[in-house]
Amino acid sequence: MANGEPNTPQTTRTPFWYDPTVRSIGFQVLAALLIGWFFYTIFRNTLINLESRGISTGFDFLDNPAGFGILMSLVEYDETYSYGRTFVVGLLNTVLVSALGIFIATILGFLIGVARLSSNWLIAKMATVYVETLRNIPLLLQIFFWYFAVLRTLPSPRGSVNLGETFFLNNRGFYLPAPVFESGASVAGIALVLGIVLTAVLARWASRRFEETGRTFPVFYSGLGLVVGLPLIAFFAMGAPLTWDYPALKGFNFRGGVRVIPELMALLWALSLYTAAFIAEIVRAGILAVSHGQTEAARALGLREGPTLKLVIIPQALRVIIPPLTSQYLNLAKNSSLATAIGYPDLVSVFMGTTLNQTGQAVEIVAMTMAVYLTMSLSISMFMNWYNKRKALVER
Amino acid sequence: MPTFQPKPELPPPASAIGPINWLRTNLLSSPLNVGLTIVTLYVLYMVVPPVLNWAFFSADWFGEGQEACTSGGACWVFIGSRLDLFIYGFYPESEYWRIDTLFVLLAILFVPQFFQSFPYKALFGVLLLTVFPIIAAVLLLGGILGLPPVETGKWGGLTLTLVLAFVGIVAALPVGVLLALGRRSEMPVIRTLSIVFIELWRGVPLISVLFMASVMLPLFLPEGTNFNKLLRALIGIVMFQSAYMAEVIRGGLQAIPGGQIEAAKALGLSYWKSMALIVLPQALKLVIPGIVNTFIALFKDTTLVLIIGLFDVLASVQSAITDPAWRNVSTEGYVFAALSFWVFCFGMSRYSQKLERRLNTGHKR
Repeated sequence: MANGEPNTPQTTRTPFWYDPTVRSIGFQVLAALLIGWFFYTIFRNTLINLESRGISTGFDFLDNPAGFGILMSLVEYDETYSYGRTFVVGLLNTVLVSALGIFIATILGFLIGVARLSSNWLIAKMATVYVETLRNIPLLLQIFFWYFAVLRTLPSPRGSVNLGETFFLNNRGFYLPAPVFESGASVAGIALVLGIVLTAVLARWASRRFEETGRTFPVFYSGLGLVVGLPLIAFFAMGAPLTWDYPALKGFNFRGGVRVIPELMALLWALSLYTAAFIAEIVRAGILAVSHGQTEAARALGLREGPTLKLVIIPQALRVIIPPLTSQYLNLAKNSSLATAIGYPDLVSVFMGTTLNQTGQAVEIVAMTMAVYLTMSLSISMFMNWYNKRKALVER
Repeated sequence: MPTFQPKPELPPPASAIGPINWLRTNLLSSPLNVGLTIVTLYVLYMVVPPVLNWAFFSADWFGEGQEACTSGGACWVFIGSRLDLFIYGFYPESEYWRIDTLFVLLAILFVPQFFQSFPYKALFGVLLLTVFPIIAAVLLLGGILGLPPVETGKWGGLTLTLVLAFVGIVAALPVGVLLALGRRSEMPVIRTLSIVFIELWRGVPLISVLFMASVMLPLFLPEGTNFNKLLRALIGIVMFQSAYMAEVIRGGLQAIPGGQIEAAKALGLSYWKSMALIVLPQALKLVIPGIVNTFIALFKDTTLVLIIGLFDVLASVQSAITDPAWRNVSTEGYVFAALSFWVFCFGMSRYSQKLERRLNTGHKR
């Protein structure tokens, strides 16, 4: 119609605003202009506001001394360190609680998910009650409960809950013995690394041999022997170069050992229990997604209970479980920012809280914090896409 | 001629029916299960009686103040005496009737949604989403029709939680639909903008969004603009949840075969009409569980506003238990708050399961 066919002159020309291409370009230009105007206004307003408040922009503030203490730090830190250092401290604390939380939540979640499918009525019902209760109560409330109602009401150090004179639990935290490595302990560490590397090599060799000849090799047990046995032999060969530093009550407080602060315990416990409820549902759905015919087919091939699970059910269930599982891990990491409500010094609490209040560099600090979380979530979703592609059902 | 006389059916053996069989198949089917049952029963025996005892049998239900709590069990007197704070926040006492009216109205409009045979269900549903918010805004804010104005800073407790959740839900769904459509659009600029928006909000924790809403929004606006704290929190919540909603709805859109859109085009429907009449009804129906899950998450996430200083249910409980007039009532307070959230969230998930079953027009075999 656009090239105007001569033999149909009476056809009314379509007005250009009905042309899909023109419309689409028009919409897009409009949207781009709107967004551009929006950001321009925000940018201008921010500059004006910052100027009127006397805040200079830029990242120079990161080198200034912070001047405030932080409750817990995995790296060396005191008031004399810079604001940049507070960022590192907060980031490491976030990573610590996320990693521990993911570990505990995975184990608990798998156990509870399997328990919900148990043939034992009592176990299945208890698992259901657990999931339906914890899933429907806000995480923040659970954190408050563990922190204010449980850990804060524990006795003072003098009346500690004493577990065999080695572990102590009181309102200042959880005290456990600290390992003290003496000379020669590094040999055991090297042996551990060696064991892991050897196991990896062994696993590759075994899977190649399996592909070629069909003969299996007990990779799990030999790997276990390598990873656990080698370091143990090295450890005892060096004369057991390890002693424990036990916590002991000195005056009003405990000395020695490792102290886990109650903020970390409450946060970790609440995060793990809450996320475990979601993981349990994912695991249950994943196992149910493998149709019963698969089990029957495996039995018909003569596989026993163990190999049926290992070779038929679990690989197929994992394909369904892994993607939502990674997004739960991501949720856990993001939820760890609730630490700020009970004062666990994580990235949001330290950097976006105290540092921001002291410096007033809102734009830079919010951008840095968000960049951390964005990097984390984008890299995990990239990994997930890669995994999905690898594990996706290959159909003809 | 002898006719065949079948003997009357014998009842099944006693071990294959009734409670004995149930016990055998459900609790004692294998040695492992016997062990698990015994251990579980022991754990239940250790946990349940003390908890019941604390919560009911030796609890104090009536009285005034800390003195009434003498029996060593739960002190429910505390909840009773602070119930006004937990429900109305700092709303002026003479104006409580406005909130009560809203609760009654909400119940009248919402409860019939659970009954399939109720004749005006659709009408009530539409009223709930259109007229009710206006009435609620008028009643809560006041300032017109002779109602004394109540500033949002005085809102609190369950009222504030419900306001946040309701506005969040009503606003996040349409924004989410638009974002999901934008992400699947053929226009590159619109698509890129939608993707950036969705991935940006999904990648950061809600706390940082709320922080940003409370710290950065004042910076973004022209000098002198004073922005309501509640409105700032609402903007943050809607932005955040609509991104999640968009991803859920996108899943539904992807499940609709392209033939549906082609058929709509063949009928001469415009883009918006084909979306509104053909694609979205099918897509939304597919993802009801996901949408309700997002609603539940939103409802639970409203507790986070206490970090930027709004006074929701959890914040009111938190402030009440630190009151020195009461000793050690934190567990009671948290149990109350947990119960109020649990009722709403569990109700929502049950409602979605019901809706899913009813809307399931798939071909069942």
